[in-house]
This record gives sequence, structure tokens and C-alpha cells, in this order.
Amino acid sequence: MSDAPVLLEMRSITKEFPGVKALSDVNLVVRAGEIHAIAGENGAGKSTLMKVLSGVYPYGSYSGQILYQGSESRFSDIRASENAGIVIIHQELALVPGLSITENIFLGNEPRRGGVIDWKTANRRAAELMAMVGLEEDPDTLIGDIGVGKQQLVEIAKAFAKNVKLLILDEPTAALNEDDSQHLLGLMREFRQRGITSIIISHKLNEIAETADSITILRDGQTIETLDIKADGVDEDRIVRGMVGRELHSRFPDHTPNIGEVFFEVRDWTVRHPIAAERLVSKNASFTVRRGEIVGFAGLMGAGRTELAMSIFGRSYGTYVSGQIIKDGQEIVIKSVSDAIAHGLAYVSEDRKSIGLNLLDDIKTSVVSAKLSKVISHGVIDQVREHRAAEDYRKSLRVKAPSVDDPVTTLSGGNQQKVVLAKWMFTDPDLLILDEPTRGIDVGAKYEIYGIIQRLADQGKGVVVISSELPELIGLCDRIYTVFEGTITGDIARADADPELLLKQMTSVKKAQRS
Amino acid sequence: MSRVKELQKSLFGGTTSNARQFGMIFTLVAIVLLFEILTNGLTLNPGNLISLVSQYSYILILAIGMLMVIVAGHIDLSVGSIAAFVGIVVAKVMQDYSLPWFVAILVGLAVGALIGAWQGFWVAYVGVPAFIVTLAGMMLFRGGNQFIGNANTIPVPEGFRVIGAGFLPEIGPDTGYNNPTLLLGLVACVAIVIREWRGRRTRREMGADVAPMWISVIRVAVPLVVVVFATLQFAGGRVGTSFPVSGIILAVLVVIYSFITRNTAGGRHIYAVGGNARAAELSGVKLKRVNFMVMMNMSILAALAGMIFVARSAASGPQDGIGWELDAIAAVFIGGAAVSGGLGTISGSIVGGLVMAVLNNGLQLLGVGSDRVQIIKGLVLLLAVAFDVYNKKQGRFSVIESLMRPFRRDTPAPASPAEAEQERGKSPVAG
Repeated sequence: MSDAPVLLEMRSITKEFPGVKALSDVNLVVRAGEIHAIAGENGAGKSTLMKVLSGVYPYGSYSGQILYQGSESRFSDIRASENAGIVIIHQELALVPGLSITENIFLGNEPRRGGVIDWKTANRRAAELMAMVGLEEDPDTLIGDIGVGKQQLVEIAKAFAKNVKLLILDEPTAALNEDDSQHLLGLMREFRQRGITSIIISHKLNEIAETADSITILRDGQTIETLDIKADGVDEDRIVRGMVGRELHSRFPDHTPNIGEVFFEVRDWTVRHPIAAERLVSKNASFTVRRGEIVGFAGLMGAGRTELAMSIFGRSYGTYVSGQIIKDGQEIVIKSVSDAIAHGLAYVSEDRKSIGLNLLDDIKTSVVSAKLSKVISHGVIDQVREHRAAEDYRKSLRVKAPSVDDPVTTLSGGNQQKVVLAKWMFTDPDLLILDEPTRGIDVGAKYEIYGIIQRLADQGKGVVVISSELPELIGLCDRIYTVFEGTITGDIARADADPELLLKQMTSVKKAQRS
Repeated sequence: MSRVKELQKSLFGGTTSNARQFGMIFTLVAIVLLFEILTNGLTLNPGNLISLVSQYSYILILAIGMLMVIVAGHIDLSVGSIAAFVGIVVAKVMQDYSLPWFVAILVGLAVGALIGAWQGFWVAYVGVPAFIVTLAGMMLFRGGNQFIGNANTIPVPEGFRVIGAGFLPEIGPDTGYNNPTLLLGLVACVAIVIREWRGRRTRREMGADVAPMWISVIRVAVPLVVVVFATLQFAGGRVGTSFPVSGIILAVLVVIYSFITRNTAGGRHIYAVGGNARAAELSGVKLKRVNFMVMMNMSILAALAGMIFVARSAASGPQDGIGWELDAIAAVFIGGAAVSGGLGTISGSIVGGLVMAVLNNGLQLLGVGSDRVQIIKGLVLLLAVAFDVYNKKQGRFSVIESLMRPFRRDTPAPASPAEAEQERGKSPVAG
């Protein structure tokens, strides 16, 4: 394989955003006719690199060179890269649900005759393309009526309609079940026989090891290594070592946990997907939290951690099927968010801006918004108490804002996150579920947030931290659960927690389930 | 922060939601003065002011409810039809069953509440967009009006007419003015002073910065001058006329609803739902209940507005209330509410409504035909909202600030790159 000609070479690509270097001197060499995998943790720069390649970030907005088919390419937009035969299929599929398979395949690329769509040709070619990707459906079926796996095939057919030479798949199997995933991977191997080159970005390391010919590992925006899967004998463990190989230095405040007895327990929690009712987003999940304990939840994107948390928090996600919540030795029934708050639960969402805050609010309104009753006397909001409460949190959490009257939009990400934390601390919770509490905030603010989390635990509260950053979980948590496809696959004490073990548990079905 | 902004903040409370009011109040004053000059003093003369209030009070009552509907992120197109429907029902029950007028008013409010529950049910619990529900309601209740009234006009008895055409009575010593109106003005003056004083006390208790005394003096003096002037005008009109009863109803509603929207949990929840429904839900706000209440409240106010109108015109007819929804919606948007919900105030909507009213009235006094009046009103609405949109794109809100922009260099901060660059897509439930 390594003697095949080079199809694509990206040379010392550097891409900076104000204040952040997303890619630093990254190199990627893809040979014609191979399946090349790109692996790395969340935030390692995989998607950014692909956006540079496909022209989403146009020539000039990055430094470095893209050599494609032997000459330098300077793509100004996606259209330019597609014309050159580079097609990227994103994780969120770009299909129109209300149009048919044929219409979607040729969307924006319709065969025409005299300015009018030539449906005869379109239908004939659609049938050819569908046969090629192994999609057995009536081409007139609406996209909305077929499953995600088949939709993925339509996306690939669409790519072939554009005469693709280099196919890029971003997490193609993340949303697929086992069968659909196997079909898709088989398809990629078939394409290799026909000489089509693919790049696959995946978190499922076993799939990479099985399917790909070579792999490039990124970490913190840098190329770590490029390996030949067969020649170098690469397996999952080898990939994991490359992905997490960084040192864990003191990015966390010192903390001696003071852990009490179990006070919160979830048993056999099962939840259906809100739309695809046959899909279970949480399968018999059981876990416990002790007083003063920080419990981590590790898992890949789509593993079901957020879904589990939101479902426990007042059934805010999916359809509840079964399961019990036991708090302080008694079963509690939580059917709405206000029940959850009344029972001392708090959930800080992973998406601050879209579901965590009302961005039109000022700081003080946000802080009291989840428990207004605390500042109300005789049915009237007591502005003095509201102001004082907000002011207390502004000082104790060190929110960098001149006044609690300032709108939350004027704050940086880290300070907004502190306001969200204050909002939930204000509800006097016993259990706080923090979903990606440090996402999108800088290192200094992260350190402060860790400190706040530790202080909450020291007050005897239980804290659940959902995070995609393994070092964060390892550095912060007393115990870590791993989640894979809705199932809890491991319960790992701090002393045993290392990235390789965690990654293995959260990428495989070994232990709990293979039904 | 520039000095202009600082001043604006201390004079008007200065949060983003009422910053546009700042501009609108000046616009209102400018329009009033403009017409006062153009009409040679006719605009502010007692007779005109009195007819202005009684002519527009029902639109402003609708604007109160509409503000809450729009803040919650909905719209209500049915208010004119509901007003007409309730009007005919009330006229009919008084004619056919000789119900006393005060019982008839209660019947009218109850009918409004029922209609509101109907619309609220579809919006909140079934999830049909309010635009559709109220578009249907617009046709439904317009037809209902003509069905019940047989497309005829039904007169209402004398007693009922008080709420629309009544004035404060002439009592007490002969001062050359209407005494109850003077008293009302006095109460308003005292309220303004107390409000400012309590505001300062609250700020002190919070330990927050209290505005300098001269700012408070301005904040009290300007409204006082306006109130005293208005009181003397309203009280000094033709004998038998004074401040209209419908104006008093309006004033009471403005006070009550301003308080509810600003100082109660229910009011907060309306803003929370309109600002970010999902975030509100995840903070324990009962989304459906809020939406239901807002829609129901609107219909009750529409019923009231309909009855006031019927009382004023002494009869209920098939053409009542046509186009009111648009006037009310225009008032709310001119008054600074955001089209996407979550922003806006009662007082802003009242100012917005008054801008439209004065414009209408002034142009009529000048003898401008209704064709051109409509053209001008349409343009004013468009420009007011376009101005707001433009200002938001520039990242600022104030009129004066935007005039100053050429002299300043700062640009709005770019969005945080770390967040733009998340690898994990935009789906709120990924994870």
C-alpha cells in the first residue's frame, strides 16, 4: 500500500482563531486508493483539519499547503473542493427530509436538459448509484421515511453523483446500529477495490483497526504520528496510547475528598429515544452517588450520558420506560423539572447558550431563575433579596462583571458558566449534575470551576460530572462510570483510572452487553 | 461606557429591554410638539386630548395583553374579532334579557375568558402555532358576531355607556376645574414621588450605586410637569367632560400589569419562556401553563376593549374591531418588543400606542385623508422596527449612541472562537 502514489498531502497546516491555535503545523499524507483514518480526542483538531481541506475555511484563512493530485489547491469554498472531487459527509446529514431519495441525490446538481430537470436521466442514474451503495429502496421514497443507516447511504450516493475521488466520512457510524455499521464499512472496502480513496474520522477504534489501511493521530492540534495499520501492527491499544499520550500535570486544585454514605441511587433506568421509539438511549443504567463524592461519566459522543442525566432530571429527554430513583433511602418519583428541583436535583446543561441561559437576561435574573420562590415574599419579587443573592454569588464565585445588573451576554464563556453554576447552587441542591462544565472555556476559568466543584462536594453534596475530556474526569473525579451506547460498562475508582482503561471501556461492549 | 449611555442608564434604568423606550419617549414628545405647532395648538387643547384618550384607550388595553403575548413568543390576530363577538353578546343579553349593565360586563368578561381558554388550549396543550389558532379565531368570532347579531347593529342602554363614553362627575366646590380629575392628578404626582423615593431606598438596601440626587430630581420633575399639565388640560375642558372613564380603566390596567410583569414570578416566567423556552423549561417553568395563561389573558382584555368600544359608540355592530389586532401589534413593536419574544415592556407598548394615536389624530386634525394616514403609519412601523434591527446588528440599542457611532472606534467583540470550534456539532442532546 505504501508504494501507491500520494493523492493528497496537507503540509504544515496551521489554523488560528483569535486566542486559540486549533491546528499547529499539521501534516497529512493520503495515498491513492487507501482508507485513511484520522483519530484524536474531542478538540484535537480533526474537524478543523477537514474543514480546511474542504474549503469551509477558505484558502488564506490558514497557513500551509494543500497538494492534491500533484498540484497545489486553493479552495475558496466547498463548491470548489467538490468540483475537484473531494466530498465530505458530515455527521449531521445534509439531506432534506421532505424530498425523495432521487431528489436528494441530485440536490444542487440536477441533470438538466434545456434548463429543465431531466427526470429520466435522474431516475436512471439514481438507480445506478443506489445499486452501487447497496440501497434497496424505491427512489421516490421520502428521506424522512427511511432510517439513519439508509440516509447515510443516500449521502454517499450523493457524493458519487458528484464524481467523487476523495470521500471523507466524519463519524459515519456514530448514529448507526451494528448491522448498518458493518454494511457501511464493507462498502468502504468495496470502494477501495475500485480505487476510491476515503478518509474516515471515527471514535470507534475497533472499526478503524479493522477497516483502515493507515492512520494519522492528532492531539491538541498537532500531528502525533502516522502509522500503517498492517505493517506497524496497530491495534486499539496502540491508537489509544497515541491519542492520550499527554502528561497530566497540575491542572486541578489540591483536594482531599471527604466521602460519606450513598445517598442517591438510580436503578435500572431505561429510556426510549423521543422520536425513534425502537431505540433505547439508556438501557438499565444503575449508579450510585455518595455524599461529598465527585462522580464522573465518561463516554463517546452519542453514548447517552446527557440523555440519561436529562431523563433523570424531570424526564426532560426521551420517553421514560422504567427505573427507580432512591434518595436518602426512599424512592422518589420525579415527573417534571419542578419536581426534580424540589427534590434537590440540579442539572447544568452542556449547552450553556442554547438551553442553559436566557441570553436576554441580566446576571441577577439568571441567578434566581430556577428558584424564584426564594426571593418572593407575599407573591412579589423582593428586588433587594434578589440583588443580594446574586451579589453573593458574584463575589464568592468571582464572576468578572462590574455589576449583577449586567446582561449575561457581556460575560466571557467561563463567567457565563459561573452564572449558570450560581443559578443551580441557588436552588440548594443535594445532587448536582454538571454536563460538560468546562466546555469552551479557557484554562484559568477551568481551574476555578474545578475548585467550585470540589467545594460543593466538601459541603456534602453529590456531584456528577459528565465530560468528554478524559484528563478532566481523571483529575477531578473520585469515581468514574463509563457509558457505551446507553449502557454503563464500567465503574472505575480514581486509583485505577487511566485513559487507556477508560477509552477501552467506553469504546467496547466487552463487559455488560452484547445482546 | 460612554457618558450618554451612563446618563440614559441612570434616567431610564437602562437595561437592554427598555433602552428603545428611551428613543420612543423622545419620538413621542417630538411628534406631539410637531403637531402642536402644525395645528396651531389644537393637539394639546383639552377637547382634543379627551377625545384622544377615549378614542384610543381600547387599543392601548389590547396592547397590554398583546405585549405579554408577544413577549412569550406568540401573536394574537383574533383580538378584533373577539372584541366584536363579546360586544354583540353583551348587547344582546342586555337587550333580550334586560340584564343590568354591571352583570352584562361580567358576562362579557366570562365569555372572553372562555374564548381565551379555547385558544390557550390549542396553543399550549396541542401545540398549534398561535398564528394559526388566532387566525382561525379571527374568522370564527367575526362570523360569530354576525351570526348572533344577524349582521345587525344592536344598541346598548345608557348605564352601560359609562365605561366607554363616561367622564368623572362634577362634584365639590366650583374651582373652575373638574375636581375629581384634579384629585386624580394629585394622586399621580404623589405616586411618582413615592416611586422614585422607594427606588432609591431599594438601591441603597441592595448596596448598589444610588444615582446622584440631580438625576432623581430630573426623573421626578419631568413626569410631574407632564402630569400637572395634563391634569389641568383634562380638568379644564368643557363642563361635563373630564378625564374619561375608559382612560381610568386603562391607567389601572397599566399599573396592575406593569407590576405583574415586573414583580411577580408569573411575569418573570413570561419573559423566560419568550427568551429561551427550553432553558425556562429546564429551570422548572411550566411552559404550557404560561402559554395558556398568556393567551387567555389576551382574550379577556380583548373582551374588555370590545365592551368599552360598544359603550362608546352606543351600539354593537358587525364592523366593530376590524383591524384592531394590527394596531395593537404595531403599538407593541414600536414600543420596543422583540419580534422573537423575550423583550418588551408594558410602558413601552403604551408609548408605542400613543405614538400611533398622536400621529393618527394629528394627521386628521391637519385634514390629511385616511389613505395617506395609513401610508404614513405603515412607514412609521416599518422604520421603527428596521431601526431596532439595524441597531441590534451594530450591537447597540440607543438612538443617540447610534448617531455618535462615526466618532467611535470600537467594534463588537467577535464570538468566542472556542465555542465556534466545538467538534461536537450543535445538537443539544449529543453526549
